[in-house]
Amino acid sequence: MIGGSTGWAELAGLAQAHLLLSGCAVILAVLAGVPLAIAAAHGRRMRGPLLAVVGLMQTIPGLALLALFYPLLLVLGRASGLAIPALGFLPALLALCVYALLPILRNGVAAIDAIDPALREAADGVGMTRRQKLWLVELPLGAPVILAGIRTAAVWTIGTATLATTIGQPSLGDLIFSGLQTEDWQRVLIGCFAAAALALLVDAILAIVESGLKAGSRPRLAAGLAVLLLAVAAAFAPLPRGEAARTGSVIVIGAKNFSEQYILAEAIEQRLRASGYRTARRDNLGSAIAYRALAAGDIAVYVDYSGTLWSNVLGRTDTPPADVMLRRLGRDLAARDGVRLLGALGFENAYTFAMKRGRAQALGIATLDDLARAAPRLRLASDLEFLSRPEWRAVQARYHPVFADQRSYSPTFMYRALADGSADVISAFSSDGRIAAMDLVTIADPRAALPHYDAVLLLSRRAAADAGLVAALRPLVGAIDIDRMRTANWMVDRDVAKRSPAQAARWLLDGKVAGAR
Amino acid sequence: MISFDHVGKHYAGRRVLDDVSLTIERGSFVALVGASGAGKTTLLKTINRLVEIDTGAIAIEGRDIAAQPVAELRRRIGYVFQGIGLFPHMSVAENVALVPRLQGMPREERAARVAELLDLVALPADLAARHPAQLSGGQAQRVGFARALAARPAIMLMDEPFGALDPVTRDELGAAYRALHDVMGLTSLIVTHDMAEALLLADRVIVIGEGRILADQPPRALIHGAGDPRIEAMIAVARRSAARLDALAAGR
Ligand SMILES: Nc1ncnc2c1ncn2[C@@H]1O[C@H](COP(=O)(O)OP(=O)(O)O)[C@@H](O)[C@H]1O
Ligand SMILES: [Mg+2]
Repeated sequence: MIGGSTGWAELAGLAQAHLLLSGCAVILAVLAGVPLAIAAAHGRRMRGPLLAVVGLMQTIPGLALLALFYPLLLVLGRASGLAIPALGFLPALLALCVYALLPILRNGVAAIDAIDPALREAADGVGMTRRQKLWLVELPLGAPVILAGIRTAAVWTIGTATLATTIGQPSLGDLIFSGLQTEDWQRVLIGCFAAAALALLVDAILAIVESGLKAGSRPRLAAGLAVLLLAVAAAFAPLPRGEAARTGSVIVIGAKNFSEQYILAEAIEQRLRASGYRTARRDNLGSAIAYRALAAGDIAVYVDYSGTLWSNVLGRTDTPPADVMLRRLGRDLAARDGVRLLGALGFENAYTFAMKRGRAQALGIATLDDLARAAPRLRLASDLEFLSRPEWRAVQARYHPVFADQRSYSPTFMYRALADGSADVISAFSSDGRIAAMDLVTIADPRAALPHYDAVLLLSRRAAADAGLVAALRPLVGAIDIDRMRTANWMVDRDVAKRSPAQAARWLLDGKVAGAR
Repeated sequence: MISFDHVGKHYAGRRVLDDVSLTIERGSFVALVGASGAGKTTLLKTINRLVEIDTGAIAIEGRDIAAQPVAELRRRIGYVFQGIGLFPHMSVAENVALVPRLQGMPREERAARVAELLDLVALPADLAARHPAQLSGGQAQRVGFARALAARPAIMLMDEPFGALDPVTRDELGAAYRALHDVMGLTSLIVTHDMAEALLLADRVIVIGEGRILADQPPRALIHGAGDPRIEAMIAVARRSAARLDALAAGR
């Protein structure tokens, strides 16, 4: 372990993926950017528009640019009928390549512009063709400035590549994003430092090449290029991963961007590895992207919630009983996308109302009917979006609660308001670890106003056809009750004696906490 | 033989060469003189098509240059200019051997040719490995001449080749080139704004003014009555400074 939950093997794997992604993006940008720069330097008419367009793309925030490539590739794949992967390496590569283009293009044009007119005249005067002039004069003389642009592009790209995590491409950003979610600051710092170190290293190597070019020093140039080659080799080198020797394809496990999802993805991964499968992870997927990625086969398995699938994927607005919803989902998702709903894990992550146990008992509140009766004497604290959601409107329609006071808070402060007595009731997610940790009770919903959000295991068409995989995951169905999930979430979310999602997953699977810290 | 037939050139509607007709015999040494902006450089560059003419025609040995592949045409014509234009990323040897290389001469032959050329322009052989930044102005222009002569051209075009050099080097290099011209049987055109240099080096002096030929005579004839007051003024300046120097030396 380097620190906390981050191991050397994980860091090395992510650093390698990071280097490979940024390296390919920069190489692609050089292959496209240098010829474009040459064309723009010679053809005055295309220069203005070209630099303007590339400059404009540069102003799109990195995260948005990455996200934009996902639907673009989906549409392209559908229109062309080709199997274009819309998630992971390809969209990340394209977005980063677009990003790297500007400095390469700008410096390329400047490099060729800066060439002494006397040398151009000499090149023409000795009878060079345009091509000879380019290769013998313009490129060698412009090389240091062109390379300076490539250096800038490389540093930018390595920094921006941390965002590739959000579209399912592993990078050092995995550490940063998952660390932020689980408030594991050590992990965040390790991710940031590793990305910065990689950028500085590559910059230093390119600086050697650049100074070699400038001084016309062959040995220095050769040394720089040799180290650069070494870095490329490192990006492709197979890492000594324990199970890498086994054959067979890799099962890709998806996860959205919160602790519970990391823990469940870990649990799935541990079960599959125990059955001899090789696995890979696509963490921090956007909620809308995860299901589409599964339907497209970009990921093989992940956990989603029945209410989310019901409204977002099937576009339904009604709230049927849990078992009806699960049955319909199983049927419709299979028919429409070939997705297999293997089963519910045994707990819900739904909107609910929670109170301190003592207070609820004192007031005799067990159901939303009880709560509505007591509401005029109670203060409600909700998270920022609850009061504008359909769940709240449904509760109002069925129970008609009128609270003495209702306020919105960010989640942390909402729990604090409940703890210090400035609120009596909060809106909560039912599997939140704080419910168990703070000894809260959730309020029952006898009129079924709130939709069900059963955690369900979803498999892609291919994964569902793999009997060994199904057998490895089936024991998870019905095996995780709400108390166990809350405890596991709390292990990861709490501030003291924090556990990694992997450790929490191990506890979920076999009840033991191994290797604490 | 180079022949100009009613050659015209405009820049943005302005006439820079105005109906120039002219024949230059093989082996002749021609100086183009005139005020700055007169059109000397433009006229010179029309021959290797660094400037493309608008009207008329230019032929070398009877063949229209407009019909010839431009790169090949230029490789057959030596070109030296004030800016020198040695490539800073190439060694002296690489600069000198450039045109033979473009023409596909094998590497070993090129090395021998470089040695021969450095000798021809009176440069020590060990200069071959240096880069242009390590040369004096005079050495650099000698390398410029060597590069222009490398492909054994029949024609040499020189645009104020000594313009950036100190007077001693300039005199030395001028005399040295004149000797090469005679030995190698070149056809030479040199642009200069220095009338004395033109009169002393060339066999024939062509005076240009506003894109036209104002005079075209051997030096001796030009000195004895050019017929044009502008030219007589230019010659008078050259003669007066010579006379003053004579007087100074005689102690009068
Ligand atoms: N590329 C060009 N574009 C526009 N005008 C030019 C260009 N080259 C030369 N000229 C103009 O043509 C005229 C003749 O120029 P040039 O032949 O260089 O004169 P000289 O060599 O006699 O000093 C000058 O007025 C100059 O400004
Ligand atoms: Mg001139």
